[in-house]
Amino acid sequence: MSTRTLGEPVKRNEDRRLLTGQALFIDDVELPGMLHAALLRSQVAHGRILKIDVSRALQRPGVIAAYVAGDLGDYWQHGPVLVPPPPIPGIVFNARTQVPLAKDKVRHVGEPLAIVIAESRYIAEDALDDIDVEIEQLPAVVDLEQGLRAESALVHDDVGSNISAHVRQTKGHYAAAAAKADHILKRRFRYEHGISSPIETRGVVAQWDGRAGQMTIWDTTQAPVFVRNGLAGVLGLNERQVRVIAPFVGGGFGPKIMMFYPEEVLLPWISMQLNRPVKWIEDRLEHFFATTHERGQIHDAEIALTSDGRILGIRDVFLHDGGAYDPYGLTVPINSQCTLLGPYVVPNYDSTFTQVFTNLPIVTPYRGAGRQHGVFVMERLLDFAAHELNIDPAEIRRRNLIPPDAFPYKNEIIYQDFAPLEYDSGNYEPVLDMALEAIGYETFKDEQAAARLAGRHLGLGIACYVEGTGIGPYEGAKVQVQSNGKVSVATGIGTQGQGHFTVFAQIAADQLGVAVSDVNVVTGDTDQFYWGAGTFASRGAVVAGNAVNEASKVVRKKALKLASDLFECSEDDLVIENGKVSITGIPEKFVSLGDLARQANPMRGAVQPGTEPGLESTQYFGPKMGATANGVHAMIIEMDPQTYELKILRYVVVHDCGTVINPMILAGQIHGGVAQGIGNAFYEKLVFDDQGQLLNASLADYLLPTALEVPRMELSHTVTKSPLNPLGIKGAGEAGAIPAGPLFAQAIEDALDLKARGVELTEIPLSPSRLFELTRDLR
Amino acid sequence: MDTDDHDISLQVNGTTYRRRVESRLLLSDFLRHELGLAGTHVGCEHGVCGACTILFDGEPVRACLMFAVQANQHRISTIEGLAAKDGQYHPLQQAMHDYHGLQCGYCTPGILMTMSAFLDENPSPNEDEVREALSGNLCRCTGYQNIVDAVLAAAKTMRG
Repeated sequence: MSTRTLGEPVKRNEDRRLLTGQALFIDDVELPGMLHAALLRSQVAHGRILKIDVSRALQRPGVIAAYVAGDLGDYWQHGPVLVPPPPIPGIVFNARTQVPLAKDKVRHVGEPLAIVIAESRYIAEDALDDIDVEIEQLPAVVDLEQGLRAESALVHDDVGSNISAHVRQTKGHYAAAAAKADHILKRRFRYEHGISSPIETRGVVAQWDGRAGQMTIWDTTQAPVFVRNGLAGVLGLNERQVRVIAPFVGGGFGPKIMMFYPEEVLLPWISMQLNRPVKWIEDRLEHFFATTHERGQIHDAEIALTSDGRILGIRDVFLHDGGAYDPYGLTVPINSQCTLLGPYVVPNYDSTFTQVFTNLPIVTPYRGAGRQHGVFVMERLLDFAAHELNIDPAEIRRRNLIPPDAFPYKNEIIYQDFAPLEYDSGNYEPVLDMALEAIGYETFKDEQAAARLAGRHLGLGIACYVEGTGIGPYEGAKVQVQSNGKVSVATGIGTQGQGHFTVFAQIAADQLGVAVSDVNVVTGDTDQFYWGAGTFASRGAVVAGNAVNEASKVVRKKALKLASDLFECSEDDLVIENGKVSITGIPEKFVSLGDLARQANPMRGAVQPGTEPGLESTQYFGPKMGATANGVHAMIIEMDPQTYELKILRYVVVHDCGTVINPMILAGQIHGGVAQGIGNAFYEKLVFDDQGQLLNASLADYLLPTALEVPRMELSHTVTKSPLNPLGIKGAGEAGAIPAGPLFAQAIEDALDLKARGVELTEIPLSPSRLFELTRDLR
Repeated sequence: MDTDDHDISLQVNGTTYRRRVESRLLLSDFLRHELGLAGTHVGCEHGVCGACTILFDGEPVRACLMFAVQANQHRISTIEGLAAKDGQYHPLQQAMHDYHGLQCGYCTPGILMTMSAFLDENPSPNEDEVREALSGNLCRCTGYQNIVDAVLAAAKTMRG
């Protein structure tokens, strides 16, 4: 084998097109005769539709068509339950999924009422003003606790309550453990996660070719194969007649995996009706309502401990805001429930949640996908326990870490992949030690005291977490040596900037002895690779990466076999490197991979029965369960005690995601995750009024962190391989984003001596103005 | 309804274009959909994200906040004109590649155009100055750190 690239900071194959403005994003798709869509969306959160009249819109020059729900006939259907509820005894799940266009009732601001098709986007938007709409407004369900009261309005009348789901999971016996505890501590926590807000919004282009009987859909989706299968079904086409292409996608972070968004259902159907291509590109205002959110939970959590700070058990009851429909099942609250346990030994756990329907946009996973909420509760409980038991915050964490000889560690409750939660491998204490060392934990108290004398308020935070990653079911890859000696890799997942064109190329290059730049990777085109699940849950590198590895191994074997026949020698005497197979020690005796590929596709002559043509293989990989990554973040801040302006002075990440394929790309994933975590903790908040109106639906009002808010990050890694896949990889996509909330709460309390002053920070997001409110009484 | 059309002539990346445009046509839409220069990306259409930044007579501006008619008789540079004709990267492009300053790449054209103007104005910036100059461009993928490093490295290369 030639030089291994696995583990090397190989520069990205995909960069050139992106750096020169040549990459194809959804809005770059231009087709002859293309029409443009605009959607009329509900301006009220909850209401009864009395009238939608599009007749005036149809008279506007340039308008081709306009549709309301009734125009769709039998095509009007509720979307699928994308993720069915896991097999948990006693589970309640009321599936109510979204529709292409609202009929009878609207359930959140932004829900589509009508779609207009015109010669240009400008005309289509003009025509929205021509539509006559009457909606009788109903009281909106916005607050989770009020939504569960008997007198509350109902989001879905036929459910009889606003309960979308109710789940209890237990491990051991919390009540018995609590009875023996030295110390019990109980708090209420609120954690809100915001919107992913990729810089590219969503979009769909659909092109029906009536002569060919072929539908092509460009879609900003993270799961093209599922979109193809689903849309083929509803359109009455064979799956082979539908091609879904996820081109370059400008960030996803979760919400782009939701399906079906109304626009995904509407555009292909309209293209068939009109026999013309149709494009819809979401604008930023629409994005705040039409793309899914993550949002909030309220936890009432209780921890039972020994006097020396060992956890005996945790009881947690929480409410989860599911939004107006629940197509994504229970993934987010299940992640919260499971991830709360963290890297700690928690012998007894009793966790119950209720997912509540509200008149707010749909909630689906966004980077972290509920894990943040759980980690916040656990880390804050430990902080308060440390304070009350007079134990150092780092020390109380250390005392409770799962020891390295306890793996695989069984947490018993059911995880989002439907399997009992089990941590595959880990070695947690060195990660904590490295983080403490890197942040200068030992000397910080002195620095803090010295700074305080100079009138500066410094604070330190430290938080531990685990992340379930790399879940099944499976992914596949087709690896093929081309006649020119270059290698083609195709997989079914979509890509949104994770570096798949490079990391998959590295894996294939190492097996096949070619340069990484000679491996061309295709993702997200269902005509190039037929099967797959998608990019979510930090699983692309783990699951598709291992599929690429398996397929590459088979191709390598084929190449060696062909060359051994050619040279009439044993495969053991061959070496595969620099795009050639040669006899060991006789480099001049070689055959190029390209020549072998040509010979594997002969034009004349007989081959052995059963011979497959070409140097190619398609293989699949599915882990039996997810791999568990872990990490510790530590941060030092300086806070202005008057204005509550916050500056991050140091940010340390120590992380273990098993085998590292490309440390440069991994660092980028961590950096980006941390930036989103910082936004979540201190800058980003969706502000709704009691009528369900979002009051800050612009990027001027919903604050994404800029280069001034995100600090330089100091990263290091440990490597504990996963035994669940041959490459030993664990996922890393979401890790950076997970622990920032408790880090901020802890560091701010520390900087402002809040604990001593009787104020505990039990909510996220924080902000200067929110801190002012919380501390007003101290002033 | 009659549209209010205007004949305009402008130079983009050294090429002169003459077109008839509706008065309300955004400059970003004109570049992308009329001239086919789709490398200029649109992220927010309200001037916050910076993805659509181009150079207008050498100054960085947001193409989503201007109309195409306002570009009449002006000179525009877009991402498509940043590399040399033979395909050789501008030092900023090279540094962004070397330092992994892009992930999904959607905000990248706007960042490259903003930073190329910035380095023309300030060839020897420190990190704080780079961050300040970069703060008008939103990136949701990278956490900015590698972009900052890339800009500092490009500045060094350009100083020679």
